Amino acid sequence: MTGGIIPVVRIQRQDFDVAAEIARLTQGRADIGAVVSFSGLCRDEQGALSALELEHYPGMAEAEIARIAAEAVERWPLQGLTAIHRHGKIAPGESIVLVVAASAHRHAAFEAANFLMDYLKSRAPFWKKEHRADGSEGGWVEAKEADATAAQRWKASE
Amino acid sequence: MTTRLIYFAWVRERIGMPEEDVDLPAGIETVADLLRWLKSRGEGYEHALQYPDVIRVAINQEHVEHREKIAGAREIALFPPMTGG
Repeated sequence: MTGGIIPVVRIQRQDFDVAAEIARLTQGRADIGAVVSFSGLCRDEQGALSALELEHYPGMAEAEIARIAAEAVERWPLQGLTAIHRHGKIAPGESIVLVVAASAHRHAAFEAANFLMDYLKSRAPFWKKEHRADGSEGGWVEAKEADATAAQRWKASE
Repeated sequence: MTTRLIYFAWVRERIGMPEEDVDLPAGIETVADLLRWLKSRGEGYEHALQYPDVIRVAINQEHVEHREKIAGAREIALFPPMTGG
């Protein structure tokens, strides 16, 4: 365990720069051997969507992601961890979420990034509403059973 | 004691407001009691809380189960299953 690292958690309307976020974790260090980043983007669903509107619970969104990130730091020997989630109106092709995990060896970084995304999808208070390309009223995106199952599997392996 | 209720996504749309301050009547001890009481407050509430089992709840910005006691809660949020990420 390296311990003691403080994850970077940001909830913001504006876009982020993946390369800059990776550099923030690695710059000036020579002990990091692996960096895994995951970016989640807005899809257009074969042209049907013009945007997604992301509603969030200010305060709890930060707190909940920080709790999930702290658990990842407990479970894997990480040297850096960043989670950024956007809110507001996001167009197809734009980024929604970023997770970056850094460690000495690749397994910890891969697993921590995977864990963070699985938990974030089922526990971070965000909701997506569709804006449809034909101008008709879009609905709220429904939660997927598969996402809840994905989060459950980390418990089973404890 | 006044408790702030906050609603998100389709729960907010169906109830018709983002938040409200309520004085909880005596006998409302758990989250499940709260949902039952709210559901009886009008058409919007009835629509939002038609299937109480799917409603997720946070007390003071932390997830809780429906059996959780609500004594001392400053802020209780009701929302659908989350779809971030």
